[in-house]
Amino acid sequence: MKLLKLVPDNTNIQFLKLRVPFFVLSLVLIFGSWIAVAVNGLNFGVDFAGGQEVRMTFTQRAAAPIPSLRELVGGLGYGEPVVQEFGAPNQVSIRVRLPAGAEDTPGAATAIGDRVIAAIAAEYPDARRDGNDTVSGKVAGEFRNQAILALLAAMAAVSIYIWVRFEWQFGAGAMFALVHDVSVTVGLFAITQMEFSLQIVAAILAIIGYSLNDTIVVYDRIRENLKKYRKMPLPELLDLSVNETLARTVMTSLTLFVALIPLLIFGPPSLFGMVAAITVGLFIGTYSSIYMAGALLIWMGVTSNSFVPTESAADRQEKLAQGKL
Amino acid sequence: MLDFPLWKKLSLWAVTLAAALLALPSLASVAGLSWPAQLPDPRVNLGLDLAGGSHLLLEAKAEDVRAQRLTNMEETVRQLMRGASPRIRIGDVSTANGQLSFMLENAADIDRARGLIEPAMQGATTVREWELSVVDGQRMVLSQTEAGVNQAIDDAMDSATEVVRRRIDELGTREPTIIRQGATRIVVQVPGLQDPAGLKALLGQTAQLEFKLVDLNALPSNVEAGIAPPGSEIFPFAPGTPEQGASLAVKRLGGIRGENLTNAQAGVDQQTNRNVVNITFDGQGGAKFAKLTSENVGKPFAIILDGKVLSAPSINEPIVGGRAQISGSFTPESANTLAISLRSGALPVPLAVVEERTVGPDLGADSIRKGLIAMGIGSLAVIALMIGTYGRFGIYATVALVFNVLMLLGLMALGGFTLTLPGIAGFVITIGAAVDANVLINERIREERARGRKVVAAVETGYREASRAIWDANLTNVISGVALFAFGSGPVKGFAVVLVIGIVTSVFTGVTLTRMFVAGWLRKARPNDIVI
Repeated sequence: MKLLKLVPDNTNIQFLKLRVPFFVLSLVLIFGSWIAVAVNGLNFGVDFAGGQEVRMTFTQRAAAPIPSLRELVGGLGYGEPVVQEFGAPNQVSIRVRLPAGAEDTPGAATAIGDRVIAAIAAEYPDARRDGNDTVSGKVAGEFRNQAILALLAAMAAVSIYIWVRFEWQFGAGAMFALVHDVSVTVGLFAITQMEFSLQIVAAILAIIGYSLNDTIVVYDRIRENLKKYRKMPLPELLDLSVNETLARTVMTSLTLFVALIPLLIFGPPSLFGMVAAITVGLFIGTYSSIYMAGALLIWMGVTSNSFVPTESAADRQEKLAQGKL
Repeated sequence: MLDFPLWKKLSLWAVTLAAALLALPSLASVAGLSWPAQLPDPRVNLGLDLAGGSHLLLEAKAEDVRAQRLTNMEETVRQLMRGASPRIRIGDVSTANGQLSFMLENAADIDRARGLIEPAMQGATTVREWELSVVDGQRMVLSQTEAGVNQAIDDAMDSATEVVRRRIDELGTREPTIIRQGATRIVVQVPGLQDPAGLKALLGQTAQLEFKLVDLNALPSNVEAGIAPPGSEIFPFAPGTPEQGASLAVKRLGGIRGENLTNAQAGVDQQTNRNVVNITFDGQGGAKFAKLTSENVGKPFAIILDGKVLSAPSINEPIVGGRAQISGSFTPESANTLAISLRSGALPVPLAVVEERTVGPDLGADSIRKGLIAMGIGSLAVIALMIGTYGRFGIYATVALVFNVLMLLGLMALGGFTLTLPGIAGFVITIGAAVDANVLINERIREERARGRKVVAAVETGYREASRAIWDANLTNVISGVALFAFGSGPVKGFAVVLVIGIVTSVFTGVTLTRMFVAGWLRKARPNDIVI
């Protein structure tokens, strides 16, 4: 039986040779994302902006009357609503933001939601309400704070874990890679103006987890090789480690990718944004594991000596067996 | 590493099969099959975003509790001073700045006043609820302590939760969840509810019912300008009444509250053919109501609900039977809502809906169907990739993957966790990521073989060396999963639960189970070479 080999054996791609241009590119991506967020802002969904979103199906129509809906809901005096197709041509999502000044009135969002739904029901008897989300200004503010807190806490906690398990340089490298992943993902949402909701934050936290998977696998191999090849120059050693784990990196990213794509295409429309974020984050995370987490180690001066005290009897035996001592 | 004695094999299989069996009731219900009633039935709960239903977050304002306490204290102080002998005269009463302050007309009364008020300051608990201070020897200031306010909020929320529960039970919905959250919030989850408007109307009604005499001496122009005559207060008419937009002056004291009710029913008045709510007082309330009506025959009294006047009928004759009728501009629905609210008691504090999420049952079912389809296709693609790449070892990984999904589902059912829409995404991610352990191991075995190790040594080294990275990678994933869980509201929590349990099951199936499979095969076949 001939098996599939996606990555040939013994590749020797010099990834780290291009570390300076790629590192500059990464910095550009990070700062570019921040600028995009500052300039465009994020298209906050009701979770973070407050207001209400209702999803409706027009049971007697082939396509939802989007322009007239926009006019109808816009005429209620809560500002310009966001009306878009959602799932099928006769399904829409209608989003109305909380008007300025209503953030502190607890019942304002619910009142607006009820009026919007009543107005549509009166105008279109065939409109079936599939669901709605109404979030008051105060709760939305709490969600914003919680989201920022959760992201920072997760990034700090995993970086500390890596620092403890490896060395401080590795922890710092992982942290930087995560800042990169989170920034670029958020930046993409600022540029595409896709809706940024609680689910997207959940997606980013998942990305943090999977980006770290890659980082750890590479780091683990670097640690192993640092003990094994004490004289090898660091860039070369990193290249070796990345190449040795390349087949795994490609394979794992691919399995996750082929699992996610059907969900993106055939899955529930409410999950699209979240799954899209995770899919994109998958690639960003793999890239950053090599070019951020790896390259930074060179500049932070990791040496074979970093791990001398941790060398165990088993390692010594292995080296003896290989005739290296 | 590859040594699996019989006891180890048996216990691994026992754990695996037990967890996988727990998934069967949930699978049966997805497939639309009925599960035999005599068997245990642990089932994964579906979140409201999949099952359909309404999630409401209700919030009370702490200021309302503060203000209510202050008003109560003012009434108490007035009563105490009036009841003292000789009477203690007070004036310049103010409740501004969250404090009750008043002036004693005679400074010599200060010790007597203090002696009367101090016992009233102590509540049921040992918490110090009020601070009393005297300014300039003649002005007494009562301020609420933070502990006292918190205690009051806590009590109010406890009884509010109870009232909410009673009201929802009256609606007859199935399995509602009503829990207090934080200091001032209540979460209400009602599965399968199509239209939450009725529920919101019911919970939005504080249902503080008051009967107060109309102040006939108030000048209409003053009432319109919102200036109440001394001893009176002004209430607007409720929306929907013929007098909507106008206001009414009523006497502050001498009215009664609709607290002492034994029953309330919506009905139709035989003469006017209008919707009304018939209420029945208990003995104490009935006596008070009889006294009020017999002393004021011919005069109008206002029926006030939550600070809005419903109607102001004249008292035609004393009402002594303890039964009364509330008229107002009711629809059959609003009469019924009011009747339920009155039966279940008034909310001690007004509640506002600060978050509402409703999903229709059709949308939820559609999400499950689409999620299952996507999961099926995704799984097939992953399996094809694994078998195509790793051959026999890929088949082992596939078997492990199937057990992984079953165990994940089974453990969720066992723990009573809830599967939400993002949780479905979590399942798909778990399917895609669970094989990572096998990829790491298999790639390592390939490497070791390429370096010339013998089959058994290569497999052993592969498992040993890969385990370290698998362990670190999964632990950091658990860390971010915990952050996700702590951060999340309902649906996102469901995502975190699937991810974290999925990590545990995938390490078990991906590392331990496959090692057992591989070890069994190596022992039996003793291959000199492996295709990997």
